[in-house]
Amino acid sequence: MTADDGRRRDDAAAPGHDVPTGSDGGQPSPAGGGSVQPVLADEGTTSVPEPEPRPKADATAEVAVINKPTAIGFVAPALGLIGVFMMFPAVWALYLGLTNYRVTGTAAREPEFVGTDNFTRALEDPLFTSSLWITLIFMAFSGVVGQMGLGFTLAWLFRRWRGWTRRTIEVLVIMSWIIPGSVVAFLWRAFLDGEGGTLNSLIPGDVTTEWLLRQPLLAIIVFNIWRGTAFAMLLFDAALNTLPPSHLETAKVSGASTWQTLRDIVFPAVRGHMLTTALLVSMWTFNLFTPFLLTGGGPNYQTEVLAIYVYRVGFGQGDFGFGSAVSAVMLVINLIIALVYFRVLRDRRKKS
Amino acid sequence: MKTYLRGSRFAAAIFASVLVLAACGGDDSDPSDDDGAAQEAPEPSDDPVHLTISHNAVRPDVVAVWIEDYVIPEFEAAMAAEGREVTVEHIEGGVDDYKTQLALDLSVGEGPDITSFDQFWTAEFAAGGLIEPLETVVGDIVNDWEGWDQIPEAVSGSLAVDGQQYGIPLGTDGRVLFFRTDLFEQAGLPTDWQPTSWDEILDAARTIQSELPDVIPMQLNAGVNMEEATTLQGFIPILLGAGGDLYADGSWQGDTPQLRETLEFYSTVFDEGLADSDMQLVTDGRDRSFEAFADGNLAIMIESDYLWRGVINPDGGFPIDGREDLVGWALIPAQQPGAGINGQDFVSASGGTGRVINPNTEHPLEAWELLSFMGSYEAQLDWVEREPRITAREDVNEVGIAEDPMQSFVAEEVLPLTWYRPGFEEYPQVSEAIQRMVENVIAGRSDVDSAAQEFHSNLEGIVGADNVSGE
Repeated sequence: MTADDGRRRDDAAAPGHDVPTGSDGGQPSPAGGGSVQPVLADEGTTSVPEPEPRPKADATAEVAVINKPTAIGFVAPALGLIGVFMMFPAVWALYLGLTNYRVTGTAAREPEFVGTDNFTRALEDPLFTSSLWITLIFMAFSGVVGQMGLGFTLAWLFRRWRGWTRRTIEVLVIMSWIIPGSVVAFLWRAFLDGEGGTLNSLIPGDVTTEWLLRQPLLAIIVFNIWRGTAFAMLLFDAALNTLPPSHLETAKVSGASTWQTLRDIVFPAVRGHMLTTALLVSMWTFNLFTPFLLTGGGPNYQTEVLAIYVYRVGFGQGDFGFGSAVSAVMLVINLIIALVYFRVLRDRRKKS
Repeated sequence: MKTYLRGSRFAAAIFASVLVLAACGGDDSDPSDDDGAAQEAPEPSDDPVHLTISHNAVRPDVVAVWIEDYVIPEFEAAMAAEGREVTVEHIEGGVDDYKTQLALDLSVGEGPDITSFDQFWTAEFAAGGLIEPLETVVGDIVNDWEGWDQIPEAVSGSLAVDGQQYGIPLGTDGRVLFFRTDLFEQAGLPTDWQPTSWDEILDAARTIQSELPDVIPMQLNAGVNMEEATTLQGFIPILLGAGGDLYADGSWQGDTPQLRETLEFYSTVFDEGLADSDMQLVTDGRDRSFEAFADGNLAIMIESDYLWRGVINPDGGFPIDGREDLVGWALIPAQQPGAGINGQDFVSASGGTGRVINPNTEHPLEAWELLSFMGSYEAQLDWVEREPRITAREDVNEVGIAEDPMQSFVAEEVLPLTWYRPGFEEYPQVSEAIQRMVENVIAGRSDVDSAAQEFHSNLEGIVGADNVSGE
């Protein structure tokens, strides 16, 4: 199968290849021609019974026929579930964070309201500040730089590959993503073990480095890159498929280098996908608990990311009040991350 | 958290952290408050009764085997002989945070009818209203049990708060110095070793270090990952040997000279490489120490007699063939003769376990009958025949450990000079602060000064500044 062959097939299949998160990703018209989005929007409103409706266009049409009480009636069950299973626990955790509630002892029976004591205690705890720092490093290097960088590189390098080679690579990468975390942790501990570990046997000479003790942060960063690259790769793969092939060919014909092509054509086109991916990966990594399975947060707190910190104070020390307070701080940081990304995303849309 | 579907990761990411804690925040009402009827002597149930018992262990753990092969069939048969249909189920365990799980179960009115229990949890669970005195759960009939006469008060008190008995103790233990006689012989050290000061411990370890460079000279538990083992068979015997205590004269002991002596000892041991600091920091460090000792790569350990009866025994996780010849034991000396707590030459520390009845049980009478059956002479004898150890019952001990030299040593030499943990609900938090303190010292995060000061302020945070003495 030639490269051209594959690309044409891919174009035909593109409308089915939906990006899981992107309502912003414009899909190429079969002709692969010029200004994509306006054309499609027009089509959506004029041609009525198409099996694949454009969400935006239909929304305006429906608001006109449904009155407000009916609409509320439709969303009420969903809102109710969200309220019970998401909002209530969140508010409850905020409340617990203001008490000295413990899992055992007098404070379990009669928790007292302690105001912001838990929050000041967290900010004064050097282990909390170092844990926050570790979490941000972990997020930046394993999530944003590692998973996204490697994910994009893989998606770009293999974008024209088809057939069994591509399948093999996809299976290998996705395998690391779908194996249960506990199994993966066991494999990595065996891989990094000092005596008889796979990594040490691959290195020439008599190496007995205990990687999880000597380079713990690096170890969990590499681990997480390995673990999560598949997700970024899949998203970027879908994003690259939305690129009109003619753009790339024009670039090729006019003699643009790979870097120029990436900078001037690919990155601007998939920037929305990148920001969405960055948002998902950052928040996922920020809240990740899996390093616990490798290091337990150690040695001596060196890999204690915030999720592990909360686990240690909440479940290890039984201090649910304090643990809830730190969880609330994590929630706020998550919201800040989300707001930053949404702001950037909106600015980008305004510009375009 | 890792079980969330990727598709919902956006929402999950926001709420995962709070969900976990909030979901467990749970019900803080006390389910047994309205259970006043329990004071009357309960009647045997006419309907079939199903009881659950949990021990946080699986086969081949000897207690799990004993419960499944002896306790359940014998008890069910005894009940059947009375014409009562009682079935018992063993809920297998083997998890790290058993204590938290149990507390959460009990707080929402769930959990097994009978559960094994560590002595030092009693005060905090009782204060939290998670367990109730046996008299409240079952009734006055618990005082008629024949076994109480066989259990010394010091031992039964381990499961009592304010004079009220919460469960039946199983037994007790003691901390000693274990050493490999084969390694001592190779290094030219006496195989009937009994050090009389800290310096003699250090000298023996240094001799091992120079004579047998491939062998880790000693193990002194010092990591947070080793949890209570770091407190009870690491820090405490050293602190007691310096003449210190955890709680004395009505207050908790913070940054005292004895605390600093203790931390200096840790510092010396690890700075000189007499113990392996990696072993303290890894997540499975205690198992690694057992393995090294069993393989002859570690010469000296401060451990509970559990090492002897539950680790290096023929059925244990790290058996040593011929442990009687290859393993020696000695009392833990004070810093100098007479410098230990109460002017002692040697020190030790003891813990213990027991079983309690869930206050939420639907069948308090049957649960008590099962619990007291497990504590009966016949049942306890069957248990120690599987694993010789010091039980709570003196009549069982007379025959149960007679032929085990190590256990007899603990009963005769160690228990008379031992120390028990203070029975306050804050103890487990203090213990955790201790583990962090010693780990910080041996990992180089803190020096002795700052570690002692930090511990002092942590202690004040836990029990209140008025209840701490020291610097």
